[in-house]
Amino acid sequence: MYEALIFEHSRPGRGAPGHAPANPPAPKLAGHLLRSAAPALPAVTELQVVRHFTRLSQQNFSIDTHFYPLGSCTMKYNPKVCNRLALLPGFAERHPLGPESHGQGFLACMFELQEMLQAATGMTAFSLTPMAGAQGEFAGVAMIMAYHRSRGDTQRNEIIVPDAAHGTNPATATMCGCSVREIPTGADGDVDLDALRAAVGPRTAGIMLTNPSTLGVFERKIPEIAAIVHGAGGLLYYDGANLNAILGRALPAAMGFDVMHINLHKTFSTPHGGGGPGSGAVGVNERLAPFLPVPVVGKTEAGYRWLTETDRPQSIGRLSAFMGNAGILLRAYVYMRMLGGRGMRRVADYATLNANYLMSRLAAAGFRVAYPERRASHEFIVSLKDLSRDTGITAMDVAKALLDKGFHAPTTYFPLLVPECLLIEPTETEAREELDAFADAMIELRNQARHEPEALKAAPLTLPVRRLDDVRAAKQLDLAWRPTA
Amino acid sequence: MPFIPHTETDISEMLATIGVDSVDALFDEIPESLRIDGLSGIPDALGEAEIVRLMRERAELDSGLMNFVGAGAYEHHIPAAVWDIASRGEFYSAYTPYQAEASQGTLQVIYEYQSMMTELTGMDVSNASLYDGATAFAEACLMAVRGNRRCQSRRILTTRGLSPAFRSVATALLEGQGLELVELPQLDEGIADVAAFEQLQGEEFAALAIQQPGFLGTLEAVDQLTDLAHARGMLVIAVCNPTSLALLRPPGQWGETGADIACGEGQPLGIPVSSGGPYFGYMVCRQTLVRQMPGRIVGRTVDLDGRPGFTLTLQAREQHIRRSKATSNICTNQGLMVTAATIYLSLLGGEGLQRVAAQAHANTRSLARGLAQLDGVELVYEEFFHEAVLRLDRSVAPVLDALAEQGILGGYDLSADYPELGHALLVCATETRTPADIDHYIQQLGAALANSRAA
Repeated sequence: MYEALIFEHSRPGRGAPGHAPANPPAPKLAGHLLRSAAPALPAVTELQVVRHFTRLSQQNFSIDTHFYPLGSCTMKYNPKVCNRLALLPGFAERHPLGPESHGQGFLACMFELQEMLQAATGMTAFSLTPMAGAQGEFAGVAMIMAYHRSRGDTQRNEIIVPDAAHGTNPATATMCGCSVREIPTGADGDVDLDALRAAVGPRTAGIMLTNPSTLGVFERKIPEIAAIVHGAGGLLYYDGANLNAILGRALPAAMGFDVMHINLHKTFSTPHGGGGPGSGAVGVNERLAPFLPVPVVGKTEAGYRWLTETDRPQSIGRLSAFMGNAGILLRAYVYMRMLGGRGMRRVADYATLNANYLMSRLAAAGFRVAYPERRASHEFIVSLKDLSRDTGITAMDVAKALLDKGFHAPTTYFPLLVPECLLIEPTETEAREELDAFADAMIELRNQARHEPEALKAAPLTLPVRRLDDVRAAKQLDLAWRPTA
Repeated sequence: MPFIPHTETDISEMLATIGVDSVDALFDEIPESLRIDGLSGIPDALGEAEIVRLMRERAELDSGLMNFVGAGAYEHHIPAAVWDIASRGEFYSAYTPYQAEASQGTLQVIYEYQSMMTELTGMDVSNASLYDGATAFAEACLMAVRGNRRCQSRRILTTRGLSPAFRSVATALLEGQGLELVELPQLDEGIADVAAFEQLQGEEFAALAIQQPGFLGTLEAVDQLTDLAHARGMLVIAVCNPTSLALLRPPGQWGETGADIACGEGQPLGIPVSSGGPYFGYMVCRQTLVRQMPGRIVGRTVDLDGRPGFTLTLQAREQHIRRSKATSNICTNQGLMVTAATIYLSLLGGEGLQRVAAQAHANTRSLARGLAQLDGVELVYEEFFHEAVLRLDRSVAPVLDALAEQGILGGYDLSADYPELGHALLVCATETRTPADIDHYIQQLGAALANSRAA
């Protein structure tokens, strides 16, 4: 299965001519500016390139080929038409600095996307420029800080995050120059209100919450949390990572959130692409609207136009050179138009049905569910602590063994507060048979753990490689191929 | 129901297994006051044929301009194989390669990408990419401040040729952490004033950022600037267009010891200009700075049987491990774009990319020289890579509007960002422009100028 590096297919004199001009004139530049030889990139034919990268693609799990119950990542089906339409020449070839007169098609889509996101969240305004969830978070916290500063409230520089939060939340607070205050989660999975009351004060800038939380449960005390934080003069940030679970069922704005981001690559099905691009559109209520990152799309009688720093003097500024991940925004737009309002609510309904069904099946089979008394949101946690104690088989072993059975592993060891955990999110686009097959595989692996644990320790055996030596990877760094001349 | 596989039987049996009688019951933990009946204000669903028709109409509205603008996004020929392969579901719909054994395809692509970027830039190590060139530059500034142990300064000195968009993004991203960008004076030749840099007294900076070629297309004295910066205990951040590096001496070879960090916009490597994104930012650095680098990094290692394989490495720098102490909050790389870029670079090869760069340079020269023949048009700088500055005898904006009416995207109006240049226009003609295209533009600009003179 080993596929040689593209460099190892290279032979001097080979190439894929026809993609570059045949005979350009010699550059009219001073000799000291020029490099001595062309860069040593692979010299390969087009067929070699096509075969190499096609073969590499076949070494991946993906939604198109495998069930991918990766908690907190919302790995739902990515409709083909979204990609096709975003790459229409009129969109793909439109230069970002082109005039508004030749961008009315794109701008119309962006304006309507802003409006649909407002309707889906209850927020009053959106900016589409953040290029990932983490950048949306940055925008959100930066707006919170700008808001406090605009009121002369300069001592507020503390961001509160629950201990179950995504790692990006505290990292974002740091990037915005804030300090982080962590608060614990109660035994029932909700935020510990007493701890929150003790944490807020005149230095509180805001709180970052995911609801439903990363523990896979809806934060029932959200009205009280909002009252406590607002009462102390802080604002509420909604991490939209789990919006899929409540789409059309509840609005973040109504819960008391002042600002939020949406991971369009989760809820609105833009591709994960092997690790990006993402898209983290950010929405706000009335009081934060002046601070939104620019550009934003506005509508006038003459047509759609960009709103920039001139229109929004209090904006936190620009987060990307142009307009964020514009092509990804087009894909989200297409997906949302295909769902319509009713289809959006179905997203939450069937994602939640699938998660609760799978949780019930696993609980009935004796797996320890982290919050058995609670409803699952669109995801839930199984802890393998007992299995690990009895057999020495860890959550990681089970994850690797699931790969051999043709399932992508759930998220492992996150959230950090549940030992030996698997965070499982089936999404709404999976059929019941797929969930049943996954539950059966989990049951089979648990039996195997008791009878032949060494087999699980050895997994995976059917993939292009077995478990990799991560220690060696970090100690003997090999980060780039070099010719062995 | 679009994209929902459940039959009525599935639904009733699944609810029975859960032990509830309706889907509504699954939401009973949401406080009653917060529950809603549905979403209003969102248009009804469209079928695929309908959305295709709508999007074709809209795309049509945006097409038809012949492009002579760069200014940070460059139209190049993209071989058909690039997006054919990058759009394969196995790349397109895969997640971040945290489960390495099930993600060798993505991981090997990134390793090959890292190898190509280090070769192109002459630097030691590359990460797996950042959001775009502007954010990569902001991250490079943060990295330089962390990495420069000899000085406590949080100020970064930059050439005036740094892209205005990069400057404004970096300002927005870095303000919260107290970083400040300071500009070096620029000479009439459109490059940094080396003498002014030499004479800067008593001020400390963590790094000097040099964009080469500069935003105005001109070429800085990178060797002198690099050596002077190093002599003052500063790190050097290179900001480079990757296409230009096929032709120009790479940052790893600037001055005596090379730049310390290089970054830039990866879009020219096989990514459509697409209204500004998605693109990717590349970042490479000296080996000694690797632990300060933000973003994902892929390493080659071996598996239990000793076979080579690839995995994410040095993760102790990242937010999911270090949380508030991470090098950055970034939790993504532009994986799909990097896949496209790796395929693009494989198809072009070093010599192919060099020919692209040389032809773009030659085309822009012939465009600039042709335009400078027109009355009221003057070529401002003689030496440039693939963008040239022209000074007009009147305001640029109305001229660009007139050209747009003739189907020409005529360039970037520099008057807001570089008021000292007067009525200045930045133009670009990549290898995709033919001699006929260039003649057409010259003729149309001539006509536009003549018309407005007559008016």
